[in-house]
Amino acid sequence: MASQTISQPRLALRSVDRSFGPVQVLHGIDIDLRPGEVHALIGENGAGKSTAMKIMTGYLAPTGGTVELDGKPVRFGSSETAEAQGVVLIHQEFNLAEQLTVEENVFLGRELRRGLFLDKAAMRRKTAGWLSELRCRVAPTDRVSDISNPDKQLVEIAKALGRDAKVIVMDEPTAVLTNSEAEALFEQIDRLRSEGAAILFTSHKLDEVKRISDRITVMRDGVVVTTKPTSEMSEDQMAEAMVGRELKDLYPVRRGALSETPALQVEGLTVPGHAEDVSFTLRQGEILGIAGLIGSGRTEAMEGLVGLRRHTGRVRIGGQDATIRTPKEAQELGLVYLTEDRKSRGLVLNMGLRENLTLTSLRQFAKPLLDRRAEEEALTKAIRDFDIRTPARDTLAKNLSGGNQQKLLIAKTMLAEPKIVIIDEPTRGIDIGTKQQIYDFIHRLAAEGTSVIVISSELPEVIGLSDRVLVMRRGRMAGEVAGADKTEDAIVRLAMGLGAASREEEPA
Amino acid sequence: MTTTTEGGAAPAKARHGVNLHVLGPILALIALVIVGALMNSNFLSAGNVTNVLARSAFIGIIAVGMTFVITAGGLDLSVGSMAAFIAGLMILVMNLALPSMGVGLPVMLLGIATALVAGLVAGWINGILITTMRIEAFIVTLGTMGIYRSLVTWLADGGTLSLDFGLRTALQPLYYSGILGISWPIIVFAIVAIIGEVVMRMTAFGRYCAAIGSNDQVARYSSVNVNRMRLYTYVGLGLLVGIATIMYVPRLGSASSATGVLWELEAIAAVIIGGTVLKGGFGRVWGTVIGVLILSLIGNILNLTDAVSPYLNGAIQGVIIVLAVILQRESKAGD
Ligand SMILES: Nc1ncnc2c1ncn2[C@@H]1O[C@H](COP(=O)(O)OP(=O)(O)OP(=O)(O)O)[C@@H](O)[C@H]1O
Ligand SMILES: [Mg+2]
Repeated sequence: MASQTISQPRLALRSVDRSFGPVQVLHGIDIDLRPGEVHALIGENGAGKSTAMKIMTGYLAPTGGTVELDGKPVRFGSSETAEAQGVVLIHQEFNLAEQLTVEENVFLGRELRRGLFLDKAAMRRKTAGWLSELRCRVAPTDRVSDISNPDKQLVEIAKALGRDAKVIVMDEPTAVLTNSEAEALFEQIDRLRSEGAAILFTSHKLDEVKRISDRITVMRDGVVVTTKPTSEMSEDQMAEAMVGRELKDLYPVRRGALSETPALQVEGLTVPGHAEDVSFTLRQGEILGIAGLIGSGRTEAMEGLVGLRRHTGRVRIGGQDATIRTPKEAQELGLVYLTEDRKSRGLVLNMGLRENLTLTSLRQFAKPLLDRRAEEEALTKAIRDFDIRTPARDTLAKNLSGGNQQKLLIAKTMLAEPKIVIIDEPTRGIDIGTKQQIYDFIHRLAAEGTSVIVISSELPEVIGLSDRVLVMRRGRMAGEVAGADKTEDAIVRLAMGLGAASREEEPA
Repeated sequence: MTTTTEGGAAPAKARHGVNLHVLGPILALIALVIVGALMNSNFLSAGNVTNVLARSAFIGIIAVGMTFVITAGGLDLSVGSMAAFIAGLMILVMNLALPSMGVGLPVMLLGIATALVAGLVAGWINGILITTMRIEAFIVTLGTMGIYRSLVTWLADGGTLSLDFGLRTALQPLYYSGILGISWPIIVFAIVAIIGEVVMRMTAFGRYCAAIGSNDQVARYSSVNVNRMRLYTYVGLGLLVGIATIMYVPRLGSASSATGVLWELEAIAAVIIGGTVLKGGFGRVWGTVIGVLILSLIGNILNLTDAVSPYLNGAIQGVIIVLAVILQRESKAGD
């Protein structure tokens, strides 16, 4: 850890306020970022973390208070001005040009030249260097639209590395990374810290906060609750400071015996290029976890199952043979899939909350004209049941904080009243207090007889939540663990295809 | 700001009560009416008003269909040629059937059916190529635009296809008569516009169009049959082109390679002026109606006054279109 010398802050917020229209979301925020220090900003969904970060990096202007750079007040007119002064933000939502290649993105706006022409060779070499430091396996010439989400995250970070940033602000950088990818990122953060960069990041994974940060600022409802050295806070204390109440028993326990009736039987499900010969049975009211490394084909197999991808194999729902060619057919059979990618597949960001909420189940509301009143009632109910914290009812989905978007997405899926629901990464970007609510909710669903499949990259989650865990590896079922065998160690071994000795790691 | 958001965007709500994005087209229309009334006392006469409305009707009916296509993230450049081709086909079929059927209702119904079926099929072809075959809408409809234009030229053998004189007289009521002194094209336009507005705002289909235009992946993941909905927008537009043509044929009684030239651009322009987002994701049928009226009023005013040459009609329309788009962006920047 860096020493706690009281060096002058490189970047600071001084009693910063921010309002959107009539709604004030930040109230007099003070945060110091010191050179050579990693600072963690934690808080519940909608606490104002992303907003504070955007103000630091020129994406938003404060409505009150000042931003100070090296002790002097500054006004970043735009994110470019901030970048020019060495202050960069890595977005919670990606900010890459999808149609350009990785190297073009990394050097976007500051391309290297030799004479009149672009120095492509040099740009490629440097990009490749940064990518390999991050252990990112994409090629500099890959198109961004073709690479996976964790790779996009690493490209964003490579872009910041290329900018020689003095202040690096990262909004939930590890939300889409696996543990080993996150570890590679932390090594880079360690290096940047030792080179004197000031780093701020947010994460809902408190173990990471403990692992990598030197100081912690906790926000709640738009105010800073406390700022402390990391060594003085345990994970439990962090959680309690965030949520404002004591948290215990994160995972509820199953009450009552599990039914033996199969709800879904899948035999030999094959999604060309992604999953092969996947077979399993899901019982009524069961919570079945699916674990595996990113790239193991979990998402693709399930997308195939609900008709989002071409697939072959035998599927029986409630004992009846089912042919599912489109998500609509799946939904008619009571089977619904909730995507892991809420920004580009889950929500129409430019539409309102009501329109998003009812999109999947719009036919329920068409009689034949849409029943606006019923839609509004559904929204009221969703906001209450899922504790969606929104600045206003009629706001656009993109104005919700990341975690609240996730809650809206869950509400939207549940409105279709599925009998079998597949939830891909249920708590990505969700704070610990809300996680508990969502786990409770999933258990209540199961108790009411709904069968649930949970895909999760967080091992404690998949273990704590599910009755049984299936493990996938390279598109195939690698095994199943249940009961006392349901340990992180057993799952990791299956996921990596390890017998006894561990050697190299599975390519993601 | 360099933050990018994907997909189309619903216009921002203005903070201080008035919303330029909603009021803009209406204000422009009112201003045009005032200017017209001041310049020429005949402008507000029943005769002139009917004339303007009846002429707007053809483009208007097509533009309502175009609103759905654009809202769902598509585009159709072929509607002008399609109208010409349907007109040619309708005339040809009726002329051919005339000797055996004689002048009368059956021949007229045959002509009407021909136009409707041809419109449906033409729209369906565009739609299938765009959805199932996954070809860009711009390319597909650029192609069919050339095909229909050339087909009508070929049917007319490079000249003009004329409807038999007797038939023409029999069909004329379709354009010239109506109910309570309001002619059929105006009535049909009004009905189409009202149905369009209801469908866009109050049905699942309208909501799906906006969702697809905004982000078709999200729509797909939300159990929306994206291809089918897109196909419907093109088929619907084809049908409306057929309907417009049915009333257009009796007006001139002929079709040639010059029929319907630039209609596609006028229809698209009307849609954009009315506030529908060209990239898709947000559409407004009533706005389209106002857009059509604005465009035809400009032409009408130029014809009624000597101040500006009517030859500048196109230039002024062009300026209005660019202004409309700037206005859209301004109201979004306040976001
Ligand atoms: N453009 C906007 N217009 C209106 N309200 C907004 C806008 N952007 C953010 N908000 C609101 O400001 C509050 C803080 O949001 P912010 O995104 O900063 O939360 P966060 O702490 O990053 O949450 P999360 O952990 O869920 O990402 C939320 O209530 C959010 O809905
Ligand atoms: Mg956030």
